[in-house]
Amino acid sequence: MPLLEIKNLHVEIEGKKILKGLNLTVEEGQVAAIMGPNGSGKSTLAYVLSGKDNYEVAEGEVLLDGENILDMAPDERAAKGVFLAFQYPVEVPGVPTMTFLRTALNAQRKQRGEGELSTPEFLKLVRETSKYLNIDQEMLRRSVNVGFSGGEKKRNEILQMAVLQPRLAVLDETDSGLDIDALKVVADGVNRLRSAERSMIVITHYQRLLNYIVPDVVHVMARGKVVKTGGKELALELEASGYAQFTDEAA
Amino acid sequence: MADVMPIKTPAEQALSAAFAAARATLPGKDVVDALRQAAFERFDAAGLPHRRVEEWKYTDLRALMREARPLAGPAGAKPARGIANVLSGVEADLVAIVNGRYEPSWSGAKPSDPDVTLTELFQFVADNPDYKLGQVPGGNDPAYWLNTAFMSGGVALRVKRGAAVAKPIHIAHVFAGDAAAAMYPRSVVIVEPGAHLTLIESFSGPEGLDYQVNSALELVIDEGACVDHIKVGCDGGSALRVSTLGVTVGGKANYRDFAFTIGGAVVRNQTFVRFTGEGSEGFIDGASLLKGRQHVDNTLVVNHSAGGCVSRERFKSVLDGESHGIFQGKIVVEPHAQKTDGKMMTRALLLSDEAEADNKPELEIFADDVQCGHGATAGALDPMLKFYLMSRGIPASEAEALLIQAFVGGVVEEIAHAGMREALMLAALKWLRSR
Repeated sequence: MPLLEIKNLHVEIEGKKILKGLNLTVEEGQVAAIMGPNGSGKSTLAYVLSGKDNYEVAEGEVLLDGENILDMAPDERAAKGVFLAFQYPVEVPGVPTMTFLRTALNAQRKQRGEGELSTPEFLKLVRETSKYLNIDQEMLRRSVNVGFSGGEKKRNEILQMAVLQPRLAVLDETDSGLDIDALKVVADGVNRLRSAERSMIVITHYQRLLNYIVPDVVHVMARGKVVKTGGKELALELEASGYAQFTDEAA
Repeated sequence: MADVMPIKTPAEQALSAAFAAARATLPGKDVVDALRQAAFERFDAAGLPHRRVEEWKYTDLRALMREARPLAGPAGAKPARGIANVLSGVEADLVAIVNGRYEPSWSGAKPSDPDVTLTELFQFVADNPDYKLGQVPGGNDPAYWLNTAFMSGGVALRVKRGAAVAKPIHIAHVFAGDAAAAMYPRSVVIVEPGAHLTLIESFSGPEGLDYQVNSALELVIDEGACVDHIKVGCDGGSALRVSTLGVTVGGKANYRDFAFTIGGAVVRNQTFVRFTGEGSEGFIDGASLLKGRQHVDNTLVVNHSAGGCVSRERFKSVLDGESHGIFQGKIVVEPHAQKTDGKMMTRALLLSDEAEADNKPELEIFADDVQCGHGATAGALDPMLKFYLMSRGIPASEAEALLIQAFVGGVVEEIAHAGMREALMLAALKWLRSR
């Protein structure tokens, strides 16, 4: 059974139609890349999956393990295993990163009816993960993302993902604003989290990221729909030919 | 245009009658009678401040104080449940001012530090003819005149030159009557050159009684002294309180002030600070957590009359229900006070559509080589922040609580005394849980 099934999804923001009958299936353990020109609805899809408000679903379903998640609040979806790595991670003044991680993890475990993770287990998990993401202890004490560089913010997103162990991770333009070294660190962090039980949707405008996070499947989005699906070689074709072939059709 | 004498309100009439009746019996007659009389005359001519008095624009006392409560009588025995419970975990030397009078039987032993002298207010005035009450800034205010006219007692604390007082001194103002009444405490704190003091002031009283407090504190910080003053307002929910704080800061001194307000129906903290010597620092902060129909006004005037001083003012308020939070802050830089560095920031977090925040920052700069600025924001919780937290699995209510806590924490963390920091953060958490 696929982990995620999106059927005929229509989404509007303030009366403007963004997603127009999107269909997408992501199998368990699959890494699916979504590429597409600006304005094709990629980030909207990411927000709709994680439950941001102001996005009006006019039609369609989003099934996670066969269960429609569209009526769930963002925190309920998170407890079901949905995780969004933000394109622009939000600064949370006054909340130390460590407190944030622990509060989030325990809130999810509570919603799932699991006990809190013990402090040594939690610390071990954070320490191991932060090590390969080049996150030092000082950063963990600081307020979430406050004063972090672009690269630090993106690494912090992956740290959260590693701690929360989602079933479906949506990475929204995780490569934006990263230089090549930072990109490698982030991609390495993501690759470590690939597993047979975890699916990922990697949203990107450029092919570059997909050299480091190699997808199982590539979907092309344009005008609010998936317009083409192929193997990883599709990303290279797009890099050569551009998105014009998809946007021109709209004209 | 000739001044029009407005008709006296019932409260003003009651105050006149009370002054006439009580004058002969108010304490300290032989030392402060003339002072009381002069202050009352000034008050009587002006009346209760109202919205057309610019300094009182947002706190129309004439409208808010419908009646003047009778003067509070002496207190009974100290209650077993303790006083100012918000601070019960903070170790300090307790000085209790109950119903406006110093009550040794409610207080702890005299301050443990031999370098601190504690004297009853009128005794101090009698013993120290050189000390003139009301020489600190803030004397030109109707609420202050009223306090001077009716001042019922208090203490004078003097910290000896160079002494580092380890344990905080806690002046606890308590209303302990069975029926609503008014109290007018006045205290004086003198910190001699190079001395260090943490001074806590608290205000508390029973729920459901619309008692009235008009307090004044004179704080003299001599050269090189270091003073941390933390004022905690946890009055009963029907109380009306006006507190005037006048501070002079000598040269090379360090002054920190924090006003935390959580209780009371109508509260005005008015703080007047004057830097009189060069090279001093002042950090004047505050946080208010309000709900229901609470009205809390923090009014601040910082006067740089000596150059080379740094002042920072940071006030935050969290406003729920139909509450009303006010911040008025004025930085005055006198012509010769060059190299002044003054910055003021106020932020209000509105948790309901009915809550109201008013911010009035003012700069009056007469020197040309200064750095001064101010900023003010008011708004609801950022929905993007809340979504970010929720997307990580944190439920809506918990996400809100965490963000409000962080907002308040940002300024409470500036308190140097760890015990006070913890006590006030705990009070904020309790407030959040009761939402």
